Amino acid sequence: MNNQSPVTETELHAYIDEQLEPARCAAVEAYLADNPAEAERVRAYARQNEQLHALFDATLDEPVPETLRSNPARRTPSPMRYAALLAAAVVGGALGWALRGEEPLATTANLPQQAALAHVVYAPEVLHPVEVSASEETHLVNWLSKRLGAPVRAPQLSDAGYELVGGRLLPGADGPAAQFMYQDARGNRLTLYVRTTADGNRETAFRYAQESKVGVFYWVDGPFGYALSGELERPQLLRVAESVYRALNP
Amino acid sequence: MRDTNLFDEHIPRLRRYARALTSDRNQADDLVQECLARAWEKLSLWRRGSDLRAWLFTILHNLYVNDLRRRKNHPELLTLDDEALDAPRRATQEDGLGLRDLQAALDRLPLEQREVLLLVGLEEMSYEEVAKTLGIPVGTVMSRLSRARERLRTQLNAAGPALRRVK
Repeated sequence: MNNQSPVTETELHAYIDEQLEPARCAAVEAYLADNPAEAERVRAYARQNEQLHALFDATLDEPVPETLRSNPARRTPSPMRYAALLAAAVVGGALGWALRGEEPLATTANLPQQAALAHVVYAPEVLHPVEVSASEETHLVNWLSKRLGAPVRAPQLSDAGYELVGGRLLPGADGPAAQFMYQDARGNRLTLYVRTTADGNRETAFRYAQESKVGVFYWVDGPFGYALSGELERPQLLRVAESVYRALNP
Repeated sequence: MRDTNLFDEHIPRLRRYARALTSDRNQADDLVQECLARAWEKLSLWRRGSDLRAWLFTILHNLYVNDLRRRKNHPELLTLDDEALDAPRRATQEDGLGLRDLQAALDRLPLEQREVLLLVGLEEMSYEEVAKTLGIPVGTVMSRLSRARERLRTQLNAAGPALRRVK
């Protein structure tokens, strides 16, 4: 390519976008000087670039919402987080052992372990217990529904004494999972873990798993597997699990 | 844990691009959030030293395309998003007629042309970076860019001839 070859359409765009090799600039400018209609077209295209910046650059200066910042799975590297992860590893291992004898059931495989892990990691979190808070519940539920591929709901548990704190998206074994966090008046926390099931549209009875202080009631209902985790006595946890089930099946 | 802030410097640009792409503030931030969550899940697949920005924009592009496809197949998810569609538009009277016209014309562009125009004109990627981000040949980038710009120009001329051609 030299200064004599005809100017191409690609070169006109590259000229606008400042991606043209410098040796060709003179040729393009000469071409535009000789062709007013083409010069007008190139000016219009360049104006589009400027207007795009005028329309959208304000976004760059907006503060980034907390929900978008950093790794959702390990947001603040604090000593507490390390402790929580360590606890998670211990509980995970213990749960895996404790649940060895359970009958294999594809739809609930690992469900209580994953739920308990997520619980011990996030329930002690002070600064960032959830990604999206309950004040943005509609947004939270829409977002999680989209990621899980079916409408998810955050049950109201006020009758059982628990209020929704918010929720987060988690990586599960077979795809995204959702965690809703609840808290009672004394700050005790429960988490409801929701993930899609492999074969979908079936039901199981409540099952119970416990290791260390974390109890888990889990079941399958329609497209989702649910697991409610908390450091409660089994009868109390069952009572809340029943509230969850009723709230989801009014 | 050094990776904690790995994506942070790219977030403002991802948000700007998502806003321009979806023309909806809530949907855009949802998209960026999904993008970042997916990026963390897939971080092991990112080759260190390769272009992180292009990788993130590729994830966002794939999510948006899949999202549009899923909404087509699941009208109930579309209903969930109706309220987001009613959210106030960015372009207001203060922006002037030209910008509002551009916004409207941009929304009417086919997605494949809108993406290329935004990655070049707004994100200021090189044509090669755009090709890599969208997984298409550079020649396709150029033809889409050319069509997008001409289409916008035609629509903007049609939008306000009385105001612009006063000679």
